[in-house]
Amino acid sequence: MPQRQGKRFFFEKKNQKTFVLWASEMAVVLLMLFAAGPASAISDPREMLANPQQEARAEQIGSQLRCLVCQNESIEDSNAALAHDLRAIVRQRVSAGETDSQIMAWMVARYGTFVRLKPPLSLATALLWFTPVLALLVGAAAALLGRRRVQEAPQPLSDAEHVRLAEIA
Amino acid sequence: MNGQDAAGAGIARRRLLMLAPLGVAVAGGAAFWTMLSRMQRGTFDPHDIGNPMLGKPVPAFNLPALAPNNGFSSADLLAAAKTKPVVLNFFASWCIPCAEEAASLAQLEQQGAQLWGIAYKDDPAKTRAFLDRYGNPYQRIAVDATGNTFIDFGLFGVPESFLIDATGTLAWHIAGPISDSVIGGQLKGRI
Repeated sequence: MPQRQGKRFFFEKKNQKTFVLWASEMAVVLLMLFAAGPASAISDPREMLANPQQEARAEQIGSQLRCLVCQNESIEDSNAALAHDLRAIVRQRVSAGETDSQIMAWMVARYGTFVRLKPPLSLATALLWFTPVLALLVGAAAALLGRRRVQEAPQPLSDAEHVRLAEIA
Repeated sequence: MNGQDAAGAGIARRRLLMLAPLGVAVAGGAAFWTMLSRMQRGTFDPHDIGNPMLGKPVPAFNLPALAPNNGFSSADLLAAAKTKPVVLNFFASWCIPCAEEAASLAQLEQQGAQLWGIAYKDDPAKTRAFLDRYGNPYQRIAVDATGNTFIDFGLFGVPESFLIDATGTLAWHIAGPISDSVIGGQLKGRI
C-alpha cells in the first residue's frame, strides 16, 4: 500500500512537470506570435522608408492592395517580383507626398478595382455586401412563417367525425 | 374530407421539397460543366481579371532598344499603328509560355502583321539567346528593365499582348500566350 501511494505521487509529479513544460512552451509560442506582428514580405530593410510614419502609411496602403500574381495575398505579404515593384511604387508615392486615395486611384487605373482587397460598394458588388442582411431577412421570414403555421388552429371536426368519435368513445 | 385533402397537399409539398437538393445538385453540375468545357475551349479563364487599360489610349513610355534592333516609344507605336494595327507583345526569356507562343508569333509575322515586342525584366544577353533559339518574329524590340512600363499597361505576367488600332487605343488584350486558335479566332480580320 505505501508503495502504491509512492507510485501515484511520482506520476502526479511527472504530470505536473509535463504540464509546466507544456505551459512554458505555449507561452513562448504565443509570445513569438505577438512579438512578430503582421507578416511582411519585405526582405531587404533598404526597401523600407527611413521615416517610420511614412513607412507605416506605405504598409497600411500596401496591405489593402492585392498582389495580382498570387491574387489572395496583399503586396505587403507577397514575395512575387511584381509585388516587390508595386511596394516600391507605393513608397515612392508616399514619400512624394501623395494621399492614400491618390495612390489607390493610381493602382485602380492600371489594375481595376480587383487590385483592392476590400471591394468598394457598387452595383456589381452589392450582392457581396448585402448577402448577410439578405440571409438574415430570409431567415427571419422563414422563422415567422414557420411560427404562424404551428399556431394555426386545428380544423374543427366534421359531422361524420363527430359520429365516429361518439362511436369509439 | 377537407382535412385529408390538406394532409395530402402537405405530403405532396414535402415530396417536392425532397426533390430540392437534387435540383440544386443538377443546377450546380450544369454550371460546373459549362465552366469546365469553356475553360477547355479557351473561352473562359478563371484567372483572367480583365485589363482596365482595354479601350484606353496607349500609356506614354520611351524604352531603350535591344541592340541591334530599334527600341521604341509610345509615339513610335502610335505612328506605326496609323498605317496598320500593331500587336504589342510583352515577353521574357525566362518565361515558358513565351517559348510556347513563339511558333504562333512566327505565323503572325508571316501573315504580314506588325508585331513589336517588349522584353520584361530580362538580361539583354539572355533575350538575344532566347530569340536565337526560338526565332525573332518582332520588327522592333524594346527593353523594360525596371518593369514600370509593364505596370503602366496594367500587366501582371508574361506573355501578355495588346492590339493597338489606328486611333492609338488598346483595342484587344490577352493575358497568356497567343495560340493559333487565337490568331484564327479573336485576331482574325483585325491584323
